[in-house]
Amino acid sequence: MAEKMHAAQRRSGSRQPLVRVIKKNNMPLYQSTLLRVGAFITALIAGGLFILCLGENPLSVYGTILNGAFRSSIAMQGTVKIAVPLLICSLGLTFAFKMNFWNIGAEGQLIMGAIFATPIALYLDQLPRPLVLLLMMVAGMIGGGLWALIPAIFKVRFGTNETLFTLMLNYIAQYMIMYFREGPWRDPNSPAFPQIKRFAQSARLYEVLGVHIGWIIAILLVVLVYIYLNKTKQGYEISVVGESQATARYAGMSVGKIVIRTMFISGAICGLAGMIQIAGADYTLSDTVAGGVGFTAIIIAWVSRLNPFVIALVSALFAILEKGCSVMQSTFGISTTASDVLQGVILFFILGFEFFTRYALVFRKRGGK
Amino acid sequence: MSGVTTAHEIAIELKGITKTFGAVVANDNIDLDVKKGEILALLGENGSGKTTLMNMLSGIYHPDSGSIYIGGRAVTINSPKDAARLGIGMIHQHFKLVEAMTAGDNVVIGTGLDRRLRKKTRCAKIRDFSARFGLSVDPDKYVCDMSVSEKQTVEILKVLYRGARILILDEPTAVLTPQETERLFTILRKMKADGCAVIIITHKLGEVLEISDRVTILRKGRSIQTVSTAEVDAAKLTELMVGHAVDLSLERPETEKVPGMLKVRDLTVENSEGYNALADVSFDLAGGEILGVAGVANSGQKELCEAIAGLMKVKSGSILYRNEDIVGKSPADIIKAGISMSFIPEDRLGMGLVASMGMADNMLLKSYKDAKGPFLDKKPSRELAKVLIDKLDISTPGINTPVRMLSGGNVQKVLLGREIESNPSLLITAYPVRGLDINSSYTIYNLLNEQKKKGVAVLFIGEDLDVLLELCDRIMVLCHGRVTGIVDAHDVTKNDIGLMMAGEKPAQRGEES
Amino acid sequence: MDLIINFLVAAIVSGTPLLFGTLGEILTEKAGHLNLGVEGMMAIGAIAGFYTGYKTNSVLLALLMSFAAGMLCALIYAFLTITLKATHNVTGLTLTIFGSGLSSFIAFSMIQNAENGVPVLDRSFTSSLANIHIPFLSDIPVLGKLLFQYNPLVYLGVVIAIVMAVYIKRTRAGLNLTAVGENPGAADAAGINVTLVKYVHVLIGGGICGLGGAYMALTIGNGSWVNNVVNGYGWIAVALVIFASWNPAKAIGGAFVFGAFSVIRYYMPTGVNLPTAFYNMLPFLVTAIVLVISSVRKKKKHVEPAAIGAIYFREER
Repeated sequence: MAEKMHAAQRRSGSRQPLVRVIKKNNMPLYQSTLLRVGAFITALIAGGLFILCLGENPLSVYGTILNGAFRSSIAMQGTVKIAVPLLICSLGLTFAFKMNFWNIGAEGQLIMGAIFATPIALYLDQLPRPLVLLLMMVAGMIGGGLWALIPAIFKVRFGTNETLFTLMLNYIAQYMIMYFREGPWRDPNSPAFPQIKRFAQSARLYEVLGVHIGWIIAILLVVLVYIYLNKTKQGYEISVVGESQATARYAGMSVGKIVIRTMFISGAICGLAGMIQIAGADYTLSDTVAGGVGFTAIIIAWVSRLNPFVIALVSALFAILEKGCSVMQSTFGISTTASDVLQGVILFFILGFEFFTRYALVFRKRGGK
Repeated sequence: MSGVTTAHEIAIELKGITKTFGAVVANDNIDLDVKKGEILALLGENGSGKTTLMNMLSGIYHPDSGSIYIGGRAVTINSPKDAARLGIGMIHQHFKLVEAMTAGDNVVIGTGLDRRLRKKTRCAKIRDFSARFGLSVDPDKYVCDMSVSEKQTVEILKVLYRGARILILDEPTAVLTPQETERLFTILRKMKADGCAVIIITHKLGEVLEISDRVTILRKGRSIQTVSTAEVDAAKLTELMVGHAVDLSLERPETEKVPGMLKVRDLTVENSEGYNALADVSFDLAGGEILGVAGVANSGQKELCEAIAGLMKVKSGSILYRNEDIVGKSPADIIKAGISMSFIPEDRLGMGLVASMGMADNMLLKSYKDAKGPFLDKKPSRELAKVLIDKLDISTPGINTPVRMLSGGNVQKVLLGREIESNPSLLITAYPVRGLDINSSYTIYNLLNEQKKKGVAVLFIGEDLDVLLELCDRIMVLCHGRVTGIVDAHDVTKNDIGLMMAGEKPAQRGEES
Repeated sequence: MDLIINFLVAAIVSGTPLLFGTLGEILTEKAGHLNLGVEGMMAIGAIAGFYTGYKTNSVLLALLMSFAAGMLCALIYAFLTITLKATHNVTGLTLTIFGSGLSSFIAFSMIQNAENGVPVLDRSFTSSLANIHIPFLSDIPVLGKLLFQYNPLVYLGVVIAIVMAVYIKRTRAGLNLTAVGENPGAADAAGINVTLVKYVHVLIGGGICGLGGAYMALTIGNGSWVNNVVNGYGWIAVALVIFASWNPAKAIGGAFVFGAFSVIRYYMPTGVNLPTAFYNMLPFLVTAIVLVISSVRKKKKHVEPAAIGAIYFREER
């Protein structure tokens, strides 16, 4: 009979499929945290298998990573130096993401912050150090803020796709460094290779405990961002806009104004990261000032569910990973880009495990039909 | 289908179907059967489990336990595809059509049988079905250009084209005018005569009595009883549906009207695609009056609400509130002036509430600016939330539980409660009882009447004509963004309103400016 | 005249990887999935193609491997976004970070193990990817050069575009694909296997992106490996999808226009002296401008698949 034939065609015969997916109610916080930690550990195991395939002992590679990040005070300072821009950028992105604005442009905003701050370091370095640094900071924030303002305005006015627009602005900013490096700001004392001269002492950040004060700024920002987003009217507005623009308009909020203001803040914070990077770590403006920080920050902000305190923690973890991977090259002959690969694997697992916070699997009851 | 077809053979039978969502038992051990050539009405309040039960036949859900028999044979339905293969076709309340495709394409997608079928043959087949069941569909028309009733016809054609002999219709008349409903029923009767088994989900008693042969009543996920339609009346059905005798009449208190609360003159609003969503709309609304707005879906109701609330740009015309033109004012100013608008969209949460926030934070939505300084003051909103929970009997685990976790009825109480607590002078409310059970609906009607007694002007945009006729003082009918009539609700019939919804001017009735 | 023809030819040659990337992404987005991992898939396709070519000296194997590698990347994406219902945006971005990282990672070890530290493709390999020559046709003045003297991959790209256009517009499977991207709920109710359709198209889309990467690795650098060879082209490809309004045939023109912007520096009239950085920036700048223009222009209805970026779960209520 026809039906029998159909039944035979069906993969599972006339029975229910082996596994079904059902939706689940919200999971308690401790469970979802546990799940994410589980995802992280699974990712490390997967990464370990990968390392094993490369013919190395995963444990000793991971050991080297940890050792590389913590083995000496210099190494630890290096780790902190990597963590600072990651943390600050992630905090900046939190503003945009909370508003559901896909700012993928932290990289470009960081660069513009650095580009705006550089002329002050180059041409006003005879001023007193605190003043130079303050001016650089302000210029950096304006630079980053303006760079974020462009996509924000177009988004508000015409609905231009912000994801792709901010991305393009990253590349444009990147090549602007090249322009300044090869053109107006080129150091005449370096004829062979076009580069920008190193900053004078007055344009270098103060150091506390062996690391530039960027780390203090970053920690302060964590608290400030938390307060702003959770306790202020403007923070409330961001949450409402992020959830539904229609609702925000309905409540009498001026959505365009909020988007533009928030994006300026978002970009300004990323710009600050750029200024801190050049004045605290590089002491010059080079092509690698951002070096993918803006992209990693997106992931950090997302994994941390936009919670500033969690962002601080995850930034530290990612910094350890990155710093540790930088020594792998010399020890194992493994490229430093392994940290990108590992980051990707970790995030894949976290993304995948996220499934279990929202859905559950139901297996066919034994003997049931 | 297989086997020998005899008259009144059972087409489909459900035995002991149980389905739970988390802790909620949506269907509890339900039995049901439908014969060939029979129309069965599945009657129950919103939330009684009708749609869930039918979705298990259409392959959307799996029962946790229980069995389904088709033509006497036990089957398992794992997907809509399985359902189609078994001859089951469901017309969902929210149509499952691809808007960007033509009717013809919508009918054939997913049918792999006649891959090489030329367009001509395809059209012929569609026309053949159309003629047999009295459907009229233009296969080359894009679905996005269709009216609700045309879309429904495409849905019906789609399931017939797939050879469905068991048809399930989920609240098919909710969006139709009375005349369109009549046309649908004619089609259903033709299918019945053709030997199809038809299940119609509804909560409208009149329709049950008109169209069905038998009625199965569900209440709170359980099957209460199956009766022969000829042996029951509306009162009996209501009692079975709600669980106790209910007085279905609505109160319409007489109040003192304060004229001039709202005067709308020649209001024209353009939608995002550039044509007039509202054209030359004029009406008056007095304090202490409920003005109902009737019309098929998307006749300009949303635009009317949004224009008054300042959310949509007005192309021309004026909106006088207490004799002051509010066109061009910001939504914030309009809120401050005492106009409250609440619109319950189809997904219920789209506007008015922030789904991921708790009740307390949602109370802040329109008043967060009142606190001095840059910081939020959450104290009053927490208290307001607690007051509303007591007053409207809202069931929620806590004031910080995201409102999306609440049931539809509670969400609507939260929204309407907040709006009323802001003491508006003009209350605009669209579809406030959408998806609510009878008790919750009556709570909301009472709230509206209370406001009316307090002298508030109420603009009530509704779906259910019976309710509009009983609750409102006057009814304005919209069709394609135009007012086809403003009539006194005391002396107009449902049929008249139906004609006006379809665009016909009322015959010599007291039409007001 | 010669200059103009050379310019057009160069534009087409350097626009071809964009064409692959755009076509791959169109197929993916038609299924309702926004995959921001094009850059990563192209990077992986690049190293897979180059490494295979370097080791086996077979063009066919190199292309197959790059296609397979792109598909594997897309498989990660598909598994996460379709089966595990993860956010499209973040998953795609992660794929880019992962893919670019892995590509550099493999390239690093390839370079370390190569003679003199420079992996070079065999001359016979590069010559089989040289421009074709069809007797008579290729010798027609102007037209011959403009139409019949490219490397075979250029024609492959155009053929894929045309086939894809016909597939989407004219076939039943294409109709089903459109339905899935427009309204998966409706497609499911109509009996289409939504998951299967999504997987197939996301995977093939990834494979095509992989080919784009291989094209870059095998043609840019005259047989030697260039680090970070994709360098943002993947992102431009994603933007080009909007420019082409999800139409594979229009993608051909779009890709070649953008190819022109990336080679224009070599064809500027003498006397015009713009900084190199400007020329590097130009394709990205133009993309940004195009994004703005296409948003300012009144959007045509129903060009973008309506359910793009949406996560489909049948039991969603």
